[in-house]
Amino acid sequence: MTATSAPARSGFRRHSGFRRHSGFRRHTGHDDVPHARRRRLPFSPWHLVLIPATVLLIFPFLWLLVTSVETSSEALRFPPLLDPRVIRFANYSDALASAPFVRFFINSAIVAVLTVLSNLVLCSLAGYAFARFRFLGRTALFAVLMATLMVPFQVTMIPQFIITKWLGVHVLAAVGIDHLGALILPNAATAFGIFFLRQFFKTLPLEYEESARVDGASRLTVLVRIVLPLATPALATLAALTFIDSWNNFLWPLIAVTSTNQMTLPLGLATFQGAHQTEVPLLMAGNVMSLLPMLLIFFLAQRYFIRSVAATGLAGT
Amino acid sequence: MAVSVARAHQRGRPGALRRAVGSEHFSGWAFVTPGVVIILLFGAVPIIWSAVMSFQKNNLLSPSTPFVGTANYRQMLHDPIVVQAIKHTLIYTALFVPGTMIVGLFLAVAMNRKIRFISFYRTAAYATMAISTISEAIVFIWLFDPSYGVVNYFFSLIGLPQQQFLNSPSEALYVIVAMTIWGWTGFSVVIYLAALQGIPQTLLEAASIDGAGPWRTFRRITLPLLSPASLFLAVWLTINALQLFDEVYLSTQGGPLNATTVLVYYLYNQAFQQFNFGYASAIAYFLFLVIIVVTVIQFRVGKRLTYYRS
Repeated sequence: MTATSAPARSGFRRHSGFRRHSGFRRHTGHDDVPHARRRRLPFSPWHLVLIPATVLLIFPFLWLLVTSVETSSEALRFPPLLDPRVIRFANYSDALASAPFVRFFINSAIVAVLTVLSNLVLCSLAGYAFARFRFLGRTALFAVLMATLMVPFQVTMIPQFIITKWLGVHVLAAVGIDHLGALILPNAATAFGIFFLRQFFKTLPLEYEESARVDGASRLTVLVRIVLPLATPALATLAALTFIDSWNNFLWPLIAVTSTNQMTLPLGLATFQGAHQTEVPLLMAGNVMSLLPMLLIFFLAQRYFIRSVAATGLAGT
Repeated sequence: MAVSVARAHQRGRPGALRRAVGSEHFSGWAFVTPGVVIILLFGAVPIIWSAVMSFQKNNLLSPSTPFVGTANYRQMLHDPIVVQAIKHTLIYTALFVPGTMIVGLFLAVAMNRKIRFISFYRTAAYATMAISTISEAIVFIWLFDPSYGVVNYFFSLIGLPQQQFLNSPSEALYVIVAMTIWGWTGFSVVIYLAALQGIPQTLLEAASIDGAGPWRTFRRITLPLLSPASLFLAVWLTINALQLFDEVYLSTQGGPLNATTVLVYYLYNQAFQQFNFGYASAIAYFLFLVIIVVTVIQFRVGKRLTYYRS
């Protein structure tokens, strides 16, 4: 730590209550013995831990990028080439030519966006009713929903497959097996979403809703105009979690979709891997293109995603 | 404006109908029905259906589905692959859950300070959350490639012998443990960082005044205050670990020699490759039972070890 940065840092700590384990000792050290820390490293020793850890964490990404621009003969060589001589961007166009990655991306986007929207609408409606209305069968119905929360997907996937197949044949082809609708409809509302929003709605003060009702607003108007604007943080959290789940879902698309043009990114990528196992640079280029959209969305909305994930943890504690 | 429209609308209705439609019972059911129908159809009905199927001989190829009592469950006891799958699932869980928690705790403690580049360090850890299991598996298969993989290259640099990794029955499961720990690092760092930031500074300073060193403060103050987050992570990661599938499907397909066949992979294989729906349902219910038992044990033990403030 440099002498110039130290006063600023302890000043910052004083004002904002910033924590550090040895904070107290540092504080007195600064006031009483200004030069006592000269013997220390010129930077925080935690960098010595964090730099190697970060290298380990991002090395898979870097190696993926490097391999994706190598030629096949460069990739299949031992010891591996750490700095490819020729940057071969053609791997990307080759990958695009051999699998419809754009189609996969559009499919993933359609499925994720529609799943998020329908969850926001349906879980808000149901969550609000469970939070505020007294209606016949409410307790029993809520108990059934909570019971489904505990059951792992593997228990329900076989009947879900049969039901989806039946729906496609007898009701609406668009929600049947091998259609994008089959990836949306079963997840269009979740017990988790209803539970999560109900818990949030219960924490809101009743006064606004009551006075709006007295003024003659319908229950739906109260929900849309008064409750939902107050619930924006909870809705954002639910949206972020649903989006991640939908985007990365693999097992259900694997079961429900077989034709290439209906595949989402994870399934399309897995199929691509099966067909091009030995063409490593091509495979890595396809992988880069598959993970880039989510990585970009994640960086742009990092705050939301982190807060949402942290919220599930804090809710659990 | 919408309020007055709604009021005018209601005033126009005949009394009895208006009262029925305006009642809380009607509104309640109207609000919950769309969501609940979907959850009942794709969540609740399948739970009962697969319970019934687990007592049937249900093979997609034959039209009749006779009840066979507990034959499917008894078959599991004598199926050597099921026994192996249980063993692999438990070994995997026992390594993956503590591994992810220790990595997450260590990184979160290291990252819980305002130093230069800290947001870069944090973002690097968080980024693993944005990667799908499929992308992750493809990268790690390549890193651990026995012939051209960079891990074997690093091994050669420090004089370790070359390994077969995913091609070796004795190593493949551990490679899958490594790749999934990497994939879950971001998640556990986020949970632990959030919990660390909830610890009041005054407690740590009080310990410091009382003469406790950094390690003692960590052991006696920080760690107990993190225990609710640890319990949550332990339960959450265990539930996910017991359902391991994606990485196995992509990297080894359960091989070599069934060395990475875990319960869900075998279940998938029975259901959607062999089309033994009855037998697969029995395996699914067994998995459910395992999850319940393990989670209950974790909560029981956790309750004794967890320290809740307030």
